[in-house]
Amino acid sequence: MNIHEYQAKELLAKAGLPIPIGRPAFSIAEAQQAADWVRSQSGKPIVVVKAQIHAGGRGKGGGVKVTKTPEETQAAIDKILGMQLVTHQTGPEGKKVGRLLLEQGIDIAKELYAAVVLDRQKGRLVVMASTEGGMDIEEVAAHTPEKIFRQVIDPMIGFAPYQARELAFALGMKSVGTEVVSQAASFFQTMVRAFQELDCSLLEINPLVLTKQGQLLALDAKINFDDNALFRHPAIEALRDLSEEEPAETEAKKFDLSYVKLHGTIGCMVNGAGLAMATMDIIQHYGGMPANFLDVGGGATQEKVTAAFKIITADPAVRGIFVNIFGGIMKCDTIARGIIGAVQEVGLKVPLVVRLEGTNVELGKKLLAESGLNVVAAADMADGAQKIIAFSKSSSADTSTKAAH
Amino acid sequence: MSILVNKNTRLIVQGITGKTGAFHTEKAIEYGTNVVAGVTPGKGGQFAKIPGAAGSGVPVFDTVSEAVKQTGANATVIYVPPPVAADSILEAIAAGLELVVAITEGIPVLDMVRVRRVLDAQPQGGKRTRLVGPNCPGVITPGECKIGIMPGYIHKTGDIGVVSRSGTLTYEAVHQLTALGIGQSTCVGIGGDPVKGMDFIDVLEMFEADPGTRAVLMIGEIGGSSEESAAAYVKAKMKKPVAAFIAGQTAPPGRRMGHAGAIIAGGKGTAKDKITALNDAGISVAATPNELGNTLKSVLR
Repeated sequence: MNIHEYQAKELLAKAGLPIPIGRPAFSIAEAQQAADWVRSQSGKPIVVVKAQIHAGGRGKGGGVKVTKTPEETQAAIDKILGMQLVTHQTGPEGKKVGRLLLEQGIDIAKELYAAVVLDRQKGRLVVMASTEGGMDIEEVAAHTPEKIFRQVIDPMIGFAPYQARELAFALGMKSVGTEVVSQAASFFQTMVRAFQELDCSLLEINPLVLTKQGQLLALDAKINFDDNALFRHPAIEALRDLSEEEPAETEAKKFDLSYVKLHGTIGCMVNGAGLAMATMDIIQHYGGMPANFLDVGGGATQEKVTAAFKIITADPAVRGIFVNIFGGIMKCDTIARGIIGAVQEVGLKVPLVVRLEGTNVELGKKLLAESGLNVVAAADMADGAQKIIAFSKSSSADTSTKAAH
Repeated sequence: MSILVNKNTRLIVQGITGKTGAFHTEKAIEYGTNVVAGVTPGKGGQFAKIPGAAGSGVPVFDTVSEAVKQTGANATVIYVPPPVAADSILEAIAAGLELVVAITEGIPVLDMVRVRRVLDAQPQGGKRTRLVGPNCPGVITPGECKIGIMPGYIHKTGDIGVVSRSGTLTYEAVHQLTALGIGQSTCVGIGGDPVKGMDFIDVLEMFEADPGTRAVLMIGEIGGSSEESAAAYVKAKMKKPVAAFIAGQTAPPGRRMGHAGAIIAGGKGTAKDKITALNDAGISVAATPNELGNTLKSVLR
């Protein structure tokens, strides 16, 4: 789960991390008040107006403005709030900005980078720091890997103070002053503590800035959470911004379905994550494009199958549906009944190819064949993929012919 | 021959009194697995009424160590809910079991980081607990022992090792092999989580050393770099032929594809990189999931 920058900063401030003076706003009136408040608190005229969306690259896309007068602030608020912000992470359609963060301006002496991440291979957390702040860390890793410093955390010992100091020295904080070395070390330790207490999956401060006054501040903050641990953190779950999520994905979650919206035309319903990915792959292999990833899970009920069908058919881009099920514990006849029930309830406007294999496969196929529904059976995955691609092409041809009339 | 489990495996079921645990225990007993005990804290002294179980049912114990002491069990399978599953794994390791198979999906990553630390701290060369999973279908040696949630009947006794991060895709692979008349020595589902017990390399080492295994089918997916490490191992150390498949060639970056570990992060963990690494190691990679069995067949010599 992802949250906004302002939410991440609020959580980090609570944990004891220094952040700039700032306040979020959801409307123009709120933004004006927040800007006034920031000015009065900081005692300086500069206010930074920052778009709050779940994507990086906001500055380059015009979603961040440093303003020096109330008039400039007003203009920036009017421009950014409600804009369709396009960054390298949003896709060409961009994201609508519904929230702003108003912050004090900072006199930056140095931009650094700090993050806590999971090293999957080691099975341990790693604290990363770099002198190259404000840049894409993947770029730094690719071109100047020697500028990234790492400390691996032993979970039995925890993040040791000497490790935090080593990072601070590696970043050259000693040349700024010994006081800044301890400030940096304590900054890293707070980050690790927050990561662990909040069950994060990523905690990134980029840039971590050193101000001209010699203070370290989290100028930006990105937190992702471990979805598996959200049951321990109801308050974090409440930070979810549904407007940032694909509505179909939100709907799928209600039924415990794992769904990811993609940009193709073949809707997929599969049991198991690996098989679901493999089904997308085989569709592409034969020249089609999957419209979604959808794992109905191992214990799919008729209710779940119906919900899955509704979600797939609600996508206007879908020109055909491919159901690929390997029934193990979940029996093929259960799936067949689910499909029949769903089609009867939802209706079927696009071709449907079903490939069933595994437990009770003959019964499942028989139920589908006798249902009177327009369902095409596939012998195997390859057969199914080829059939649905062929049908979906002719079905979209039909649609375009109709449209032409 | 086989790896990890065989007809001598004596199995504990942690969470045997839960719905999932009871259901799969019944299937395991039906397959011929020797289920000797169940563990549910607070229900020690009772018997789990599992259809097919001998006597008055499977004896239930309060703790894993008591179950081991009373029954001589050497393996355990975990069906307890995610919030307490890591603790169940730790309990099983502490009881000195050789094999722990964790089926549970949804264990917090930081819980698994602690478990991994305990596993890694075990003395090299000495008696060690091996963890399979979590978030996996389990382990099966066809005709001998089934631990987990896979359908038993699709398997066939034979000499091909199967190792996979996926569940149903493994069933697909096994089904294709069996349909070609190719049996399996042991099938190991290592699970879809980012931090887990045995990885591809650990299982490949065991298959390489197992006289009953002739070749290996390995099924990976996007996320992490386990497949790349496995490829390097195969190239450097393995004499037996290996065929592979990688799921997720069409997965978009930055999105979690069902499994907690199936995510392309910061441009790393793509199917393309993995397939390149496998090809460089001389491993045949199936072009589509429809050709898992045939690809394995093509590497047999």
